[in-house]
Amino acid sequence: MTAAAAFFYLFAAITVASGFMVVASRNPVVSVLFLILAFVNASGLFVLMGAEFLAMLLVVVYVGAVAVLFLFVVMMLDVDFAAMRQGFQDYLPVGGLIGAVFLVELLLVVGSWAIDPGLVHGPLAVSPGSETVTNTQALGLVLYTNYFFFFQIAGLILLVAMIGAIVLTLRDRPGVKRQDIAIQNARTQASAVEVRQVPTGQGVEV
Amino acid sequence: MTVWEVLGTVLLIGLKSVALLVALLVFIAYALLADRKIWAAVQLRRGPNVVGPWGLFQSFADLLKFVLKEPVIPAGANKSLFLLAPLIFATLALAAWAVIPLADGWPIADINVGIIYIFAISSLGVYGVIMGGWASNSKYAFLGALRSAAQMVSYEVSLGFVIVTVLMCAGSLNLSQIVRAQDTSLGILGWYWLWLFPMFVVFFISALAETNRPPFDLPEAESELVAGYMVEYSSTPYLLFMLGEYVAIVTMCALGTILFLGGWLSPIPFAPFTWVPGLIWFALKASFLFFMIAMVKAMVPRYRYDQLMRLGWKVFLPLSLVMVFVVAFVLKLTGLAPVS
Repeated sequence: MTAAAAFFYLFAAITVASGFMVVASRNPVVSVLFLILAFVNASGLFVLMGAEFLAMLLVVVYVGAVAVLFLFVVMMLDVDFAAMRQGFQDYLPVGGLIGAVFLVELLLVVGSWAIDPGLVHGPLAVSPGSETVTNTQALGLVLYTNYFFFFQIAGLILLVAMIGAIVLTLRDRPGVKRQDIAIQNARTQASAVEVRQVPTGQGVEV
Repeated sequence: MTVWEVLGTVLLIGLKSVALLVALLVFIAYALLADRKIWAAVQLRRGPNVVGPWGLFQSFADLLKFVLKEPVIPAGANKSLFLLAPLIFATLALAAWAVIPLADGWPIADINVGIIYIFAISSLGVYGVIMGGWASNSKYAFLGALRSAAQMVSYEVSLGFVIVTVLMCAGSLNLSQIVRAQDTSLGILGWYWLWLFPMFVVFFISALAETNRPPFDLPEAESELVAGYMVEYSSTPYLLFMLGEYVAIVTMCALGTILFLGGWLSPIPFAPFTWVPGLIWFALKASFLFFMIAMVKAMVPRYRYDQLMRLGWKVFLPLSLVMVFVVAFVLKLTGLAPVS
């Protein structure tokens, strides 16, 4: 057994085990932490396949940004675990049935898959060999030439989603004091300070 | 490859890693002392000067003190996560050093995506903070952790764009290649700090925010949050958090050295200066960046939280995004873009 195979079984075992723990653990925060462990191990699997760029991207995007927000939300929500588990016994038969149906479907679909023998040995025809370019470069070459249109469309969809999220949450509440740095910096001494002679015992009107 | 060859490789990598680890920890012990001394000098104090000559052994005395103290774990804390958090924080901070080239051909792992690896590892550091803050089961620690998460995610974005501009100029994700791309006959004037000066400034400030250094040390703002996510920690777990923080700072110094200050290259590219080993130039440049970071701590007051967010999202993000466009445009127009 080579070192690569040993690492494959290590990463794969931890990925599956932590995937199970995501569902099984009682505390949602612990669930998210196991999800992160699964992501990190999946990126380890990517490294073993020689896709180091995808591996790092998985860590940066999913673990570094998306999962942080997950964790953020889960920690802020005050979930009552006892109430959530109350109906567990009643729903078990129905849930189990649906789960079984999905499992059978998955087995039927995946079981009929066959891997093209041409793919097992040697790289795909469209991608340049790993000897000539790094896989970051190979990805870039494919993405920005053949699939440039799809890449742009994907970016546009994300932009629309972002604008949509902002529009949905932006409310113009009256009475909120906001700091405008430009206005603050534009103030001069003349517009901010006024010197008055105050007569003794009479005060001054503001 | 036989079993013995594999074992030999593993042993060699292990020895290299241990040597780097020891050297790094000693460097950090003195960086910590230098930090305190610089801070003291700015405030006309002496700083630590009792342990050893001029206080040179202060960091080691602190280490001994922390290790010998009793670790206190709060009753309401999630014990395993509480102890795991500082371990994760320190380990991840140290893991980034696997790819850093201290001299030509010196990185332990010379991987093609070195810069993204460092970026990924430093973005993982936030988990140590969040886990520590949440597992402590304390309001101050939790608030500190939330602040820190928001802060680190915000400044990662502009840091990413800074890295992208450097990558476009260097044409590689490999850290050694980025340094070699700065090896021109101009010496110090050919490094990227001059050509990408606005990005160097953005990088420096984002590095301060990313490592929770003053003036952006809001996660542990003493005046409001006591000590933020660290408030319940004592003894060795606290030491690990402290260590992780300083390792992250020195990592940022090393990254700045590689991206903008020409790594191991000599600033003056002819004979007597090029004889100096690259490691010494690297250490000098990283120490210079660390000195600047220490001076910022001494001179700049802490930012308010909304100001911090405004700086990250409304100033640095548009600025760095525009710079990516401008740099790409100039490179394409002048034909300076590296071809591969």
